[in-house]
Amino acid sequence: MREIRYYEALIEAMAEEMRLDENVFLMGEDIGLFGGTFRATEGLMAEFGGRRVRDTPIAEAGIVGLALGAALAGLRPVPELMTMNFAMVAMDQIINHVAKMTYMFGGQCKIPITIRAPGGGGTQKAAQHSHSIESWFVNAPGIRVVIPSTPYDAKGLLKSSIRSDDPVLFIEHEMLYSIQGPVPEGEYLIPLGEADVKRRGSDLTIVAWSKMVHEALRAAERLAEEGIEAEVIDPRSLDPFDWDAVYTSVARTRRCVVVEEGWRTVGVGAEIAARVQEHLFHELDAPVQRVAAADVPLPYARNLEQAALPGADDIVRAALKITT
Amino acid sequence: MDLSRDALLDAYRQMRTIRGFEEKLAELVTAGKLAGFLHLYAGEEAVAVGVCSHLSDRDIVTSTHRGHGHCIAKGVDVRGMMAELFGRSTGICKGKGGSMHIADLDRGMLGANGIVGAGIPLATGAALTAKLKRNGGVAVAFFGDGATNQGQFHEALNIAAVWCLPAIYVVENNGYGEATPTEFVTPVKDIAERAASYAMPSAVVDGMDFFDVRAKAGEAIARAREGGGPTLLECKTYRYYGHYVGDPLTYRRKEEAEEVRQLRDPLDLLERRAVEAGVVDADALRAIDGEVAAELEAAVAWAEQSPLPTADDVLRDVYVSG
Repeated sequence: MREIRYYEALIEAMAEEMRLDENVFLMGEDIGLFGGTFRATEGLMAEFGGRRVRDTPIAEAGIVGLALGAALAGLRPVPELMTMNFAMVAMDQIINHVAKMTYMFGGQCKIPITIRAPGGGGTQKAAQHSHSIESWFVNAPGIRVVIPSTPYDAKGLLKSSIRSDDPVLFIEHEMLYSIQGPVPEGEYLIPLGEADVKRRGSDLTIVAWSKMVHEALRAAERLAEEGIEAEVIDPRSLDPFDWDAVYTSVARTRRCVVVEEGWRTVGVGAEIAARVQEHLFHELDAPVQRVAAADVPLPYARNLEQAALPGADDIVRAALKITT
Repeated sequence: MDLSRDALLDAYRQMRTIRGFEEKLAELVTAGKLAGFLHLYAGEEAVAVGVCSHLSDRDIVTSTHRGHGHCIAKGVDVRGMMAELFGRSTGICKGKGGSMHIADLDRGMLGANGIVGAGIPLATGAALTAKLKRNGGVAVAFFGDGATNQGQFHEALNIAAVWCLPAIYVVENNGYGEATPTEFVTPVKDIAERAASYAMPSAVVDGMDFFDVRAKAGEAIARAREGGGPTLLECKTYRYYGHYVGDPLTYRRKEEAEEVRQLRDPLDLLERRAVEAGVVDADALRAIDGEVAAELEAAVAWAEQSPLPTADDVLRDVYVSG
């Protein structure tokens, strides 16, 4: 199978959906003429023109609010926020409006919006450009949270997100845009809410998403050298969440490590750990371990940034704690 | 007078319905029959009705926390609205929205809105849809003077101007943002001046005068439909009840509302002008008063008899796909 990069997979997904449905359009900062800060909309203005690939002012609340109004009036917008951190500027529209509106209005409207934004640290962009804040949005009902780790998943999930009649926050990762992976020619979809087993193993289950999947796979290789076989489960979407996949795996391995790049306190990992112990208390051989970012604003200096972010070493350490 | 007798009677009926609806709600709250946080539109009727007299179902409006008037002027069923306020399953939003979230997508009414200024980008997005689909529709954002100090106002007007969208921004300047006089928090004399920042046409409108609202909104809407882009209309108006039902009104003179009622009441003004012009007679208007009162009584009775939502309903409608 051919290999393409993560950002190229995203471009293919958007281009295919735009060819299929004239209601799909893109809007965001620097996405048209410039092709996107991370090249994820490169070439789309050339193909679809400025009507459907719209360069906006730097106005995140306006971007999301306009996308919502456009969706309610019959279009299928795919707005881009340049980073997840800028979602904070648009929080009122994302939570108070996009996420709540279907419910507030008694189910009379669908909200077919896919908000794309990259999160993640590791490039020394410091505290206002590097955080992984997916837990905030998973906490709020009404908006789907999709967070792919590979080019294959990115394409199939973005296409499904764009076709969804519920709003989706589609979280990419700055460090993943250039990774390569197999992506078949032609169309395919990955349903939201289906986890993927990224590595089979019998001794413990590592649940990880986005860039942390790759850290977990590195950790699993190192653990294998010590005779410990880790299963790596990538939920791929955090809402809806494939609880069955996690429970089934942990029931078999009896040990679980949850890895996230966001802050540890009240993170998604806390929710997963709580549910696993509620459902599998008697099957567990050890307490569920959490690996996450340090509870600090992400620092600039390279060594400090690395110290604050979770990685394969931390995962190995957590795994050894409950397997030896 | 460019309006037919029927059109004038329709406008009067809508304004009377809004006034009666709001007075009925105040009565129900006082009687302890209604809960919730109610912001009444009484006094501002000419704005919603004057603007919406140019709109049809394909056109979109967004509203505010003070949204009942916009709903009625856009054709939302008053029984469904009343049932919503009573928290019944027959409510327009099945009892899940309440006063600040009444919406009716089929009527192009994208919702009352509890966040000041937040409806403005929504209308702007709906205007983008109209432009991209080339369907001839326009979108109107109604909002208060206070909303023009919010960032979303400026973000949306800037985008609408730069994209030449068919949007009309209607400021209902009632002199107070919540409980603070407008001049305490807004440096411009007329909010319409703010349009200059966006190279956008604007007008100051007598928001108590249905005919002035209708004329200036008509120009703006026609320009938008013809591809001429957005307009900011500042309608100077007044709210009789204060910010919400139960507002102690410590920030304004006791006599102020009564003085406005005597001199500038929008229903009285409409009646005087229409009768003087010989287009309608007072008897026809009194007949409408009676019909509206009966309709509202029936709406209350229907709402009170309607079933409550069931406990199962609490978990429904978070998503459309399961």
